[in-house]
Amino acid sequence: MHKEAAIREPLILGHKTYHDITEDVCKPIEDKAPRMWYILFSIALIIGLYGVGCILYLLGTGVGVWGLNKTIGWAWDITNFVWWVGIGHAGTLISAVLLLFRQKWRMAINRSAEAMTIFAVFMAGLFPLIHMGRLWLGYWVLPIPNHFGSLWVNFNSPLLWDVFAISTYLSVSLVFWYIGLIPDFATIRDRAKKPISKKMYSIMSFGWSGRAKHWNRFELVSLVLAGLATPLVFSVHSIVSFDFATSVIPGWHTTIFPPYFVAGAVFSGFAMVQTLLLVMRKAMHLENYIHTKHVEYMNIVIMVTGSIVGTAYITELFVSWYSGVEYESYAFINRATGPYWWAYWAMMTCNVISPQLMWFRPLRRSLLFTFIISIVVNIGMWFERYVIIVTSIHRDYLPSSWSMHYPSHIDLGVYVGTIGLFFVFFLLFARYFPVLALNEVKTILKSSGEYYKNLPDDHHGDHGHASHHVEEVKTEARPVETPTEEAPEETSTDSEGTDENSEEAGNEEETND
Amino acid sequence: MADKVFYAMYDDDDVLKDGAKKLVSKGVKVSEVFSPFPIHGIDPIIGVKNTRLGIMAFIYGLTGLTLATIGMRYFMIEDWPMNVGGKPNFTYMDNILAFIPISFEFTVLCAAHGMAITYFLRNKTLPGMPAQNPDPRTTDDRFVIELRASDNSKFSSDELEKMIRETGIVELDQKSI
Repeated sequence: MHKEAAIREPLILGHKTYHDITEDVCKPIEDKAPRMWYILFSIALIIGLYGVGCILYLLGTGVGVWGLNKTIGWAWDITNFVWWVGIGHAGTLISAVLLLFRQKWRMAINRSAEAMTIFAVFMAGLFPLIHMGRLWLGYWVLPIPNHFGSLWVNFNSPLLWDVFAISTYLSVSLVFWYIGLIPDFATIRDRAKKPISKKMYSIMSFGWSGRAKHWNRFELVSLVLAGLATPLVFSVHSIVSFDFATSVIPGWHTTIFPPYFVAGAVFSGFAMVQTLLLVMRKAMHLENYIHTKHVEYMNIVIMVTGSIVGTAYITELFVSWYSGVEYESYAFINRATGPYWWAYWAMMTCNVISPQLMWFRPLRRSLLFTFIISIVVNIGMWFERYVIIVTSIHRDYLPSSWSMHYPSHIDLGVYVGTIGLFFVFFLLFARYFPVLALNEVKTILKSSGEYYKNLPDDHHGDHGHASHHVEEVKTEARPVETPTEEAPEETSTDSEGTDENSEEAGNEEETND
Repeated sequence: MADKVFYAMYDDDDVLKDGAKKLVSKGVKVSEVFSPFPIHGIDPIIGVKNTRLGIMAFIYGLTGLTLATIGMRYFMIEDWPMNVGGKPNFTYMDNILAFIPISFEFTVLCAAHGMAITYFLRNKTLPGMPAQNPDPRTTDDRFVIELRASDNSKFSSDELEKMIRETGIVELDQKSI
């Protein structure tokens, strides 16, 4: 029907061909890893191994090595769990919700965001497991008849809902991610020269050949998985919030939790995506695919979800007073003015004020500013969970039970260790996997590529002669920052691009409906 | 039976689509198209029917929902009726609200995985399967139409070749199998 409105910023900068996209994405995988990769990987690995050491010590000694006490029986473990699950929400949101809304900008970021999701959920899943103290009995959470009598797991409990929600979320995200990866692995397989990598990618690509029928199925499977994953994303964090909301602890017993946790999860997840992508696009020279506009879009999501979170904080405060329940009001007054006031105000500053700065266009288009805010937001979101969990329970009903939480070095080690492990996984991903959904990006090249968008409109209608398509000059080591235009000979080629992409757009809509 | 296969290679998806349209309008049967990414609108041209995997996903989802319901009813109502605060569960309906989250999760779990497994099996894409694309470049920036002489017995192979050459190809490969 129509090509994309000219006023929309192009999503792929410069004059890229299909082959360029393949090159740009595959090059970092095929080349030797840069020195910086080894340095970062070593640091992450050391931190991660330290975390593993702490976990082993914890398992060997018992949960008593955490800084918990009889009043505060839940602190960093569950804080970290919720924090990681929250971070793990952006990937599926980007790939599923934005796919349903046909947001083309998702193509450039979905792969790495999904990878981030999966690794973040790995880290999240670790906490309930080690929190059991006896990791090897972790299978007790499954509904299997146990040999001590026919007692089943409690299906009324939000903790069991969590088991189902997290495992479904993890496995479905993994499948969604992998199905998208298969055609891209096939691309790498067909380019690979070294026998070992050829073998590996050929196993991982499942023999993908790109037949028309397979693509037909691929598109439907992606769409249906997106449709399934969308309510799943919302359900998972709602269920995580039920862990607190269905209890009767003042400060936890709040009906606003599910939507507010979901918004918070998206908020922190997008912030983490920003942190990772801003570094990755630079390191892997993907600035033409993930550029200011993508960052701006994500910042808008951060701004919106940040505002929802801010509204929720204020609503909570209001309701604690308006409810007339003195325990409830005290929980909130204590949060803001009690011994943990600093955590509360850190959360308020990071989560309520900082995203509001994104209203300013120059700020939300500034990469440095975005990077700083993305880290600030994640610090804030960690504090949010800490505030909700610890400050609600540290002043028990009896003043004699009042207590404070001081994390032990094992608490710290496990937490920092998961960050290390997360980066170990992410760096391995960036090294061996296509970090951009390269074949999906090719589908938007003609509708949203800068070169194709800027072609004059009067080239419509010269359908017939297609034979003069120009062999693309394979320039090695293309400068990424300033794409050179190999224009003159290509004009004829791309004139078709313009009108065909209008056709393509039309067809796309047909297939979507 | 000896059969001749033509692989007509294009360097643009839209050119391939036009080419396929032209060939099909002349009565040629296109047996397969290989492309690095989905070419929107190619399926009706070459007669690829829409997949029914969506229906399968729905059936798998229903299966999941049924299993979850039967399972939870057995665990929580029949086998060991849980008595929470003196409020035992006499019927499934009394307690259905508590069962909704897991019913939903299990429905999604079965629908997604069932569909994914069916997808892999139907595509015959499984770990270690050999790749079948005629040219390694078809996963990069080349698009290939496959024609079989046996499907197009009313044309001689010279006629076929001539028709293919008119569609803006960049390479033509022939293979006897």
